[in-house]
Amino acid sequence: MATGKDTSQLYEEFVKGIWKENPVFVIVLGMCPTLAVTNSAINGVAMAAATMFVLVGSSLLISLLRNWIPNQVRISAYIVVIATFVTVVDFSLEAIAPKVHRELGAFIALIVVNCIIMGRAEAFAAKNTPMRSLLDALGMGLGFTLALLLMGSVREILGNGSLFGINLLGPHFEPWVIMILPPGGFIMLGVWLLVFAAFKERKQKKRLEAERRAA
Amino acid sequence: MSELFWIFISSMVINNFTLTYFLGICPFLGVSTKIDIAIRLGIANTFVLIITSLSVTLLNSVILPHAPYLRLISFILVIACAVQFVEMVIRKLSPALFRALGIFLPLITTNCAILALALFQTNRGYGLLEGIVFAVGSGAGLTLALVLMAGIREEAELSDIPAVLRGTAMNLLIAGILSLAFMGFAGLFSGS
Repeated sequence: MATGKDTSQLYEEFVKGIWKENPVFVIVLGMCPTLAVTNSAINGVAMAAATMFVLVGSSLLISLLRNWIPNQVRISAYIVVIATFVTVVDFSLEAIAPKVHRELGAFIALIVVNCIIMGRAEAFAAKNTPMRSLLDALGMGLGFTLALLLMGSVREILGNGSLFGINLLGPHFEPWVIMILPPGGFIMLGVWLLVFAAFKERKQKKRLEAERRAA
Repeated sequence: MSELFWIFISSMVINNFTLTYFLGICPFLGVSTKIDIAIRLGIANTFVLIITSLSVTLLNSVILPHAPYLRLISFILVIACAVQFVEMVIRKLSPALFRALGIFLPLITTNCAILALALFQTNRGYGLLEGIVFAVGSGAGLTLALVLMAGIREEAELSDIPAVLRGTAMNLLIAGILSLAFMGFAGLFSGS
Protein backbone atom coordinates (compact mmCIF):
# COMPACT_ATOMS: atom_id res chain seq x y z
CA MET A 1 0.00 0.00 0.00
CA ALA A 2 2.52 2.56 1.13
CA THR A 3 4.25 4.01 -1.88
CA GLY A 4 7.68 5.58 -1.65
CA LYS A 5 6.22 9.06 -1.28
CA ASP A 6 3.89 8.04 1.56
CA THR A 7 6.71 6.40 3.45
CA SER A 8 8.93 9.44 3.18
CA GLN A 9 6.06 11.64 4.36
CA LEU A 10 5.49 9.44 7.38
CA TYR A 11 9.21 9.53 8.06
CA GLU A 12 9.06 13.30 7.88
CA GLU A 13 6.23 13.40 10.48
CA PHE A 14 8.45 11.36 12.76
CA VAL A 15 11.74 13.23 12.41
CA LYS A 16 10.50 16.80 12.49
CA GLY A 17 9.75 16.68 16.22
CA ILE A 18 13.25 15.59 17.09
CA TRP A 19 15.18 18.48 15.63
CA LYS A 20 13.49 20.87 13.21
CA GLU A 21 10.41 21.43 15.38
CA ASN A 22 11.89 20.39 18.70
CA PRO A 23 9.12 21.16 21.22
CA VAL A 24 11.41 22.69 23.81
CA PHE A 25 14.19 24.43 21.89
CA VAL A 26 12.27 25.57 18.83
CA ILE A 27 8.56 25.80 19.69
CA VAL A 28 9.34 26.61 23.35
CA LEU A 29 6.51 24.60 24.91
CA GLY A 30 6.43 22.54 28.07
CA MET A 31 8.75 24.77 30.06
CA CYS A 32 7.66 23.80 33.55
CA PRO A 33 8.89 20.18 33.62
CA THR A 34 11.87 21.12 31.47
CA LEU A 35 13.06 23.47 34.16
CA ALA A 36 11.81 21.77 37.29
CA VAL A 37 12.92 18.15 37.06
CA THR A 38 16.16 18.43 35.14
CA ASN A 39 18.42 18.78 38.17
CA SER A 40 19.80 15.36 37.28
CA ALA A 41 19.92 13.37 34.06
CA ILE A 42 18.01 10.40 35.47
CA ASN A 43 15.08 12.55 36.64
CA GLY A 44 14.96 14.19 33.23
CA VAL A 45 14.80 10.82 31.47
CA ALA A 46 12.12 9.45 33.83
CA MET A 47 10.02 12.55 33.31
CA ALA A 48 10.48 12.39 29.55
CA ALA A 49 9.46 8.71 29.47
CA ALA A 50 6.30 9.43 31.46
CA THR A 51 5.45 12.39 29.24
CA MET A 52 6.08 10.36 26.11
CA PHE A 53 3.72 7.61 27.24
CA VAL A 54 0.96 10.14 27.88
CA LEU A 55 1.69 11.97 24.63
CA VAL A 56 1.62 8.83 22.48
CA GLY A 57 -1.42 7.35 24.23
CA SER A 58 -3.51 10.49 24.14
CA SER A 59 -2.52 11.40 20.57
CA LEU A 60 -3.54 7.95 19.35
CA LEU A 61 -6.82 7.92 21.24
CA ILE A 62 -7.78 11.46 20.29
CA SER A 63 -6.96 10.78 16.67
CA LEU A 64 -9.13 7.63 16.75
CA LEU A 65 -11.99 9.57 18.33
CA ARG A 66 -11.58 12.72 16.26
CA ASN A 67 -14.74 12.17 14.22
CA TRP A 68 -16.91 11.60 17.28
CA ILE A 69 -15.81 14.48 19.51
CA PRO A 70 -18.07 17.52 18.97
CA ASN A 71 -16.11 20.65 18.19
CA GLN A 72 -17.51 22.75 21.05
CA VAL A 73 -16.39 20.44 23.83
CA ARG A 74 -13.16 19.22 22.26
CA ILE A 75 -10.83 20.90 24.74
CA SER A 76 -12.60 19.36 27.73
CA ALA A 77 -12.66 15.99 25.98
CA TYR A 78 -8.91 16.18 25.34
CA ILE A 79 -8.24 17.15 28.94
CA VAL A 80 -10.21 14.18 30.25
CA VAL A 81 -8.34 11.79 27.93
CA ILE A 82 -4.98 13.26 28.96
CA ALA A 83 -5.84 13.24 32.66
CA THR A 84 -6.79 9.56 32.42
CA PHE A 85 -3.44 8.63 30.90
CA VAL A 86 -1.60 10.70 33.49
CA THR A 87 -3.45 8.92 36.28
CA VAL A 88 -2.30 5.61 34.77
CA VAL A 89 1.32 6.79 34.67
CA ASP A 90 1.12 8.23 38.16
CA PHE A 91 -0.14 5.00 39.70
CA SER A 92 2.17 2.73 37.67
CA LEU A 93 5.26 4.74 38.50
CA GLU A 94 4.35 4.72 42.18
CA ALA A 95 4.19 0.91 42.02
CA ILE A 96 7.26 0.30 39.82
CA ALA A 97 9.75 2.97 40.91
CA PRO A 98 8.65 4.58 44.18
CA LYS A 99 11.96 6.42 44.60
CA VAL A 100 11.74 8.21 41.25
CA HIS A 101 8.07 8.90 41.92
CA ARG A 102 8.95 10.60 45.20
CA GLU A 103 11.61 12.73 43.59
CA LEU A 104 9.43 13.91 40.73
CA GLY A 105 6.61 14.52 43.22
CA ALA A 106 3.72 16.61 41.97
CA PHE A 107 5.35 17.06 38.58
CA ILE A 108 4.08 13.70 37.34
CA ALA A 109 0.52 14.84 37.97
CA LEU A 110 1.39 18.13 36.34
CA ILE A 111 1.94 16.36 33.00
CA VAL A 112 -1.80 16.99 32.54
CA VAL A 113 -1.09 20.66 31.98
CA ASN A 114 2.02 20.18 29.86
CA CYS A 115 1.35 22.39 26.85
CA ILE A 116 3.13 20.00 24.48
CA ILE A 117 0.46 17.33 24.92
CA MET A 118 -2.47 19.70 24.57
CA GLY A 119 -0.70 21.44 21.69
CA ARG A 120 -0.16 18.21 19.73
CA ALA A 121 -3.74 17.07 20.41
CA GLU A 122 -5.18 20.33 19.13
CA ALA A 123 -2.75 21.03 16.31
CA PHE A 124 -2.12 17.55 14.98
CA ALA A 125 -4.01 14.56 16.35
CA ALA A 126 -7.41 16.20 15.89
CA LYS A 127 -6.83 16.54 12.16
CA ASN A 128 -4.75 13.54 11.14
CA THR A 129 -4.99 9.77 10.85
CA PRO A 130 -4.02 7.60 13.82
CA MET A 131 -0.85 6.39 12.09
CA ARG A 132 0.47 9.86 11.41
CA SER A 133 -0.55 11.10 14.87
CA LEU A 134 1.30 8.20 16.44
CA LEU A 135 4.49 8.99 14.52
CA ASP A 136 4.14 12.69 15.27
CA ALA A 137 3.71 11.95 18.98
CA LEU A 138 6.71 9.60 18.98
CA GLY A 139 8.87 12.21 17.27
CA MET A 140 7.77 15.00 19.59
CA GLY A 141 8.31 12.71 22.58
CA LEU A 142 11.83 11.90 21.44
CA GLY A 143 12.53 15.59 20.87
CA PHE A 144 11.32 16.32 24.39
CA THR A 145 13.48 13.49 25.76
CA LEU A 146 16.50 14.87 23.93
CA ALA A 147 15.88 18.33 25.37
CA LEU A 148 15.45 17.07 28.94
CA LEU A 149 18.56 14.91 28.58
CA LEU A 150 20.62 17.84 27.31
CA MET A 151 19.39 20.04 30.17
CA GLY A 152 19.68 17.38 32.84
CA SER A 153 23.13 16.11 31.97
CA VAL A 154 24.75 19.54 31.77
CA ARG A 155 23.12 20.59 35.03
CA GLU A 156 24.15 17.38 36.77
CA ILE A 157 27.74 17.51 35.49
CA LEU A 158 28.23 21.12 36.52
CA GLY A 159 26.16 21.01 39.68
CA ASN A 160 27.21 17.67 41.05
CA GLY A 161 30.22 16.56 39.04
CA SER A 162 28.47 13.37 37.95
CA LEU A 163 26.32 11.94 35.18
CA PHE A 164 23.55 9.41 35.87
CA GLY A 165 24.98 9.21 39.40
CA ILE A 166 28.46 8.20 38.19
CA ASN A 167 31.18 10.55 39.34
CA LEU A 168 32.91 12.08 36.34
CA LEU A 169 35.06 14.92 37.47
CA GLY A 170 36.90 13.44 40.42
CA PRO A 171 37.07 14.47 44.08
CA HIS A 172 38.76 17.82 43.48
CA PHE A 173 35.90 19.29 41.49
CA GLU A 174 34.07 22.02 43.36
CA PRO A 175 30.42 21.61 42.26
CA TRP A 176 28.53 24.67 41.04
CA VAL A 177 25.65 24.10 43.43
CA ILE A 178 23.68 26.85 41.75
CA MET A 179 23.20 24.69 38.64
CA ILE A 180 21.01 22.16 40.42
CA LEU A 181 19.05 24.88 42.23
CA PRO A 182 16.14 26.68 40.52
CA PRO A 183 18.12 29.62 39.05
CA GLY A 184 20.40 27.13 37.28
CA GLY A 185 17.40 25.78 35.38
CA PHE A 186 16.45 29.16 34.01
CA ILE A 187 20.01 30.06 33.13
CA MET A 188 20.78 26.69 31.52
CA LEU A 189 17.68 26.80 29.31
CA GLY A 190 18.51 30.39 28.40
CA VAL A 191 22.00 29.31 27.35
CA TRP A 192 20.69 26.39 25.26
CA LEU A 193 18.20 28.65 23.49
CA LEU A 194 21.02 31.09 22.89
CA VAL A 195 23.13 28.33 21.31
CA PHE A 196 20.23 27.33 19.05
CA ALA A 197 19.56 30.96 18.08
CA ALA A 198 23.23 31.52 17.28
CA PHE A 199 23.25 28.42 15.06
CA LYS A 200 20.16 29.59 13.24
CA GLU A 201 21.62 33.04 12.68
CA ARG A 202 24.87 31.68 11.32
CA LYS A 203 23.02 29.41 8.93
CA GLN A 204 20.91 32.32 7.72
CA LYS A 205 23.96 34.51 7.20
CA LYS A 206 25.66 31.78 5.18
CA ARG A 207 22.59 31.33 3.01
CA LEU A 208 22.34 35.06 2.36
CA GLU A 209 26.00 35.18 1.42
CA ALA A 210 25.60 32.25 -0.96
CA GLU A 211 22.65 33.97 -2.59
CA ARG A 212 24.60 37.17 -2.96
CA ARG A 213 27.48 35.34 -4.56
CA ALA A 214 25.16 33.56 -6.97
CA ALA A 215 23.52 36.83 -7.99
CA MET B 1 -2.73 33.09 63.38
CA SER B 2 1.03 32.98 63.01
CA GLU B 3 0.80 29.75 61.06
CA LEU B 4 -1.46 31.37 58.47
CA PHE B 5 1.01 34.21 58.25
CA TRP B 6 3.85 31.79 57.51
CA ILE B 7 1.81 30.04 54.86
CA PHE B 8 1.21 33.40 53.22
CA ILE B 9 4.81 34.61 53.32
CA SER B 10 6.21 31.25 52.35
CA SER B 11 3.98 30.84 49.31
CA MET B 12 4.52 34.44 48.25
CA VAL B 13 8.28 34.90 48.42
CA ILE B 14 10.17 31.92 49.83
CA ASN B 15 8.61 29.24 47.68
CA ASN B 16 7.46 31.57 44.95
CA PHE B 17 5.55 29.43 42.45
CA THR B 18 7.14 30.91 39.37
CA LEU B 19 10.69 31.46 40.48
CA THR B 20 11.39 28.42 42.63
CA TYR B 21 8.88 25.79 41.46
CA PHE B 22 8.81 26.84 37.77
CA LEU B 23 5.04 26.90 37.70
CA GLY B 24 3.21 29.24 35.37
CA ILE B 25 6.19 29.85 33.13
CA CYS B 26 4.13 30.31 29.95
CA PRO B 27 2.38 33.55 30.98
CA PHE B 28 5.54 34.57 32.83
CA LEU B 29 7.42 34.58 29.53
CA GLY B 30 4.47 35.37 27.26
CA VAL B 31 2.48 38.19 28.84
CA SER B 32 5.16 40.01 30.79
CA THR B 33 5.71 42.82 28.31
CA LYS B 34 3.76 45.64 30.02
CA ILE B 35 3.45 46.24 33.74
CA ASP B 36 -0.29 47.00 33.82
CA ILE B 37 -1.23 43.91 31.79
CA ALA B 38 1.01 41.84 34.04
CA ILE B 39 -0.79 43.14 37.14
CA ARG B 40 -4.20 42.33 35.69
CA LEU B 41 -3.22 38.85 34.58
CA GLY B 42 -1.83 38.30 38.05
CA ILE B 43 -5.14 39.33 39.60
CA ALA B 44 -7.11 37.08 37.22
CA ASN B 45 -4.82 34.21 38.18
CA THR B 46 -5.23 34.92 41.89
CA PHE B 47 -8.99 34.89 41.45
CA VAL B 48 -8.90 31.51 39.73
CA LEU B 49 -6.55 30.22 42.44
CA ILE B 50 -8.98 31.21 45.20
CA ILE B 51 -11.96 29.60 43.47
CA THR B 52 -9.90 26.47 42.84
CA SER B 53 -8.79 26.30 46.45
CA LEU B 54 -12.39 26.50 47.66
CA SER B 55 -13.57 23.85 45.22
CA VAL B 56 -10.67 21.55 46.05
CA THR B 57 -11.46 21.71 49.75
CA LEU B 58 -15.02 20.73 48.92
CA LEU B 59 -13.98 17.94 46.54
CA ASN B 60 -11.46 16.58 49.02
CA SER B 61 -14.01 16.29 51.77
CA VAL B 62 -17.02 15.10 49.77
CA ILE B 63 -16.11 13.02 46.71
CA LEU B 64 -12.52 11.99 46.78
CA PRO B 65 -12.46 9.84 49.91
CA HIS B 66 -14.64 7.44 47.91
CA ALA B 67 -12.81 7.63 44.61
CA PRO B 68 -9.17 8.75 44.94
CA TYR B 69 -8.37 7.73 41.35
CA LEU B 70 -10.67 10.51 40.12
CA ARG B 71 -8.52 13.16 41.77
CA LEU B 72 -6.68 14.54 38.77
CA ILE B 73 -9.67 14.42 36.46
CA SER B 74 -11.99 16.17 38.87
CA PHE B 75 -9.40 18.84 39.71
CA ILE B 76 -8.77 19.68 36.09
CA LEU B 77 -12.48 19.89 35.29
CA VAL B 78 -13.10 22.22 38.23
CA ILE B 79 -10.23 24.41 37.07
CA ALA B 80 -11.54 24.52 33.51
CA CYS B 81 -14.95 25.65 34.79
CA ALA B 82 -13.41 28.28 37.08
CA VAL B 83 -11.41 29.71 34.18
CA GLN B 84 -14.51 29.82 32.00
CA PHE B 85 -16.25 31.74 34.76
CA VAL B 86 -13.43 34.26 35.15
CA GLU B 87 -13.35 34.68 31.39
CA MET B 88 -17.05 35.60 31.34
CA VAL B 89 -16.62 38.05 34.22
CA ILE B 90 -13.67 39.80 32.59
CA ARG B 91 -15.39 40.00 29.21
CA LYS B 92 -18.33 41.76 30.84
CA LEU B 93 -16.36 44.05 33.16
CA SER B 94 -13.46 45.04 30.94
CA PRO B 95 -13.49 44.19 27.23
CA ALA B 96 -10.16 46.01 26.78
CA LEU B 97 -8.45 43.74 29.27
CA PHE B 98 -10.13 40.76 27.63
CA ARG B 99 -8.49 41.68 24.32
CA ALA B 100 -5.13 42.44 25.90
CA LEU B 101 -4.91 39.06 27.61
CA GLY B 102 -6.00 37.27 24.46
CA ILE B 103 -5.10 33.62 24.27
CA PHE B 104 -3.47 33.67 27.70
CA LEU B 105 -6.82 33.89 29.44
CA PRO B 106 -8.16 30.46 28.40
CA LEU B 107 -4.62 29.16 28.82
CA ILE B 108 -4.92 29.76 32.58
CA THR B 109 -6.57 26.32 32.46
CA THR B 110 -3.28 24.77 31.49
CA ASN B 111 -1.32 27.04 33.81
CA CYS B 112 0.51 24.55 35.98
CA ALA B 113 0.33 26.89 38.94
CA ILE B 114 -3.40 26.31 39.34
CA LEU B 115 -3.28 22.52 39.26
CA ALA B 116 -0.16 22.57 41.42
CA LEU B 117 -1.99 24.60 44.04
CA ALA B 118 -4.74 22.00 44.11
CA LEU B 119 -2.21 19.17 44.47
CA PHE B 120 -0.01 20.89 47.06
CA GLN B 121 -3.04 21.79 49.10
CA THR B 122 -4.17 18.16 49.10
CA ASN B 123 -0.71 16.79 49.87
CA ARG B 124 -0.15 19.17 52.76
CA GLY B 125 -3.64 18.62 54.13
CA TYR B 126 -4.61 22.28 54.28
CA GLY B 127 -8.12 23.06 55.53
CA LEU B 128 -10.49 25.71 54.21
CA LEU B 129 -8.87 28.78 55.77
CA GLU B 130 -5.30 27.62 55.20
CA GLY B 131 -6.19 26.82 51.60
CA ILE B 132 -7.50 30.29 50.94
CA VAL B 133 -4.48 31.94 52.54
CA PHE B 134 -2.24 29.65 50.48
CA ALA B 135 -4.12 30.62 47.30
CA VAL B 136 -3.89 34.35 48.04
CA GLY B 137 -0.19 34.07 48.88
CA SER B 138 0.59 32.10 45.74
CA GLY B 139 -1.43 34.50 43.64
CA ALA B 140 0.44 37.44 45.14
CA GLY B 141 3.70 35.62 44.41
CA LEU B 142 2.73 35.01 40.78
CA THR B 143 1.70 38.64 40.38
CA LEU B 144 4.94 39.81 41.98
CA ALA B 145 7.03 37.69 39.61
CA LEU B 146 5.03 38.83 36.56
CA VAL B 147 5.30 42.49 37.49
CA LEU B 148 9.03 42.33 38.24
CA MET B 149 9.64 40.57 34.93
CA ALA B 150 7.47 43.07 33.03
CA GLY B 151 9.33 45.99 34.61
CA ILE B 152 12.70 44.61 33.65
CA ARG B 153 11.54 43.85 30.12
CA GLU B 154 10.17 47.36 29.66
CA GLU B 155 13.63 48.66 30.50
CA ALA B 156 15.33 46.07 28.32
CA GLU B 157 13.31 47.21 25.30
CA LEU B 158 15.25 50.46 25.36
CA SER B 159 18.73 49.09 25.81
CA ASP B 160 21.16 47.94 23.20
CA ILE B 161 21.08 44.16 23.18
CA PRO B 162 22.58 41.92 20.47
CA ALA B 163 19.91 40.51 18.16
CA VAL B 164 20.83 36.88 18.93
CA LEU B 165 20.07 37.36 22.59
CA ARG B 166 16.70 39.04 22.14
CA GLY B 167 13.53 37.05 22.82
CA THR B 168 13.11 33.99 24.97
CA ALA B 169 16.81 33.40 25.64
CA MET B 170 17.23 36.80 27.25
CA ASN B 171 13.99 36.47 29.22
CA LEU B 172 15.16 33.16 30.64
CA LEU B 173 18.50 34.62 31.67
CA ILE B 174 16.68 37.52 33.36
CA ALA B 175 14.41 35.01 35.08
CA GLY B 176 17.48 33.12 36.27
CA ILE B 177 18.88 36.24 37.89
CA LEU B 178 15.49 37.08 39.46
CA SER B 179 15.26 33.54 40.77
CA LEU B 180 18.76 33.91 42.20
CA ALA B 181 17.59 37.02 44.02
CA PHE B 182 14.60 35.16 45.43
CA MET B 183 16.91 32.44 46.74
CA GLY B 184 17.95 35.02 49.27
CA PHE B 185 14.56 34.73 50.95
CA ALA B 186 15.16 31.04 51.58
CA GLY B 187 17.23 31.73 54.70
CA LEU B 188 14.90 34.43 55.94
CA PHE B 189 12.87 32.42 58.43
CA SER B 190 14.99 29.33 58.94
CA GLY B 191 15.54 30.29 62.58
CA SER B 192 11.87 30.20 63.49
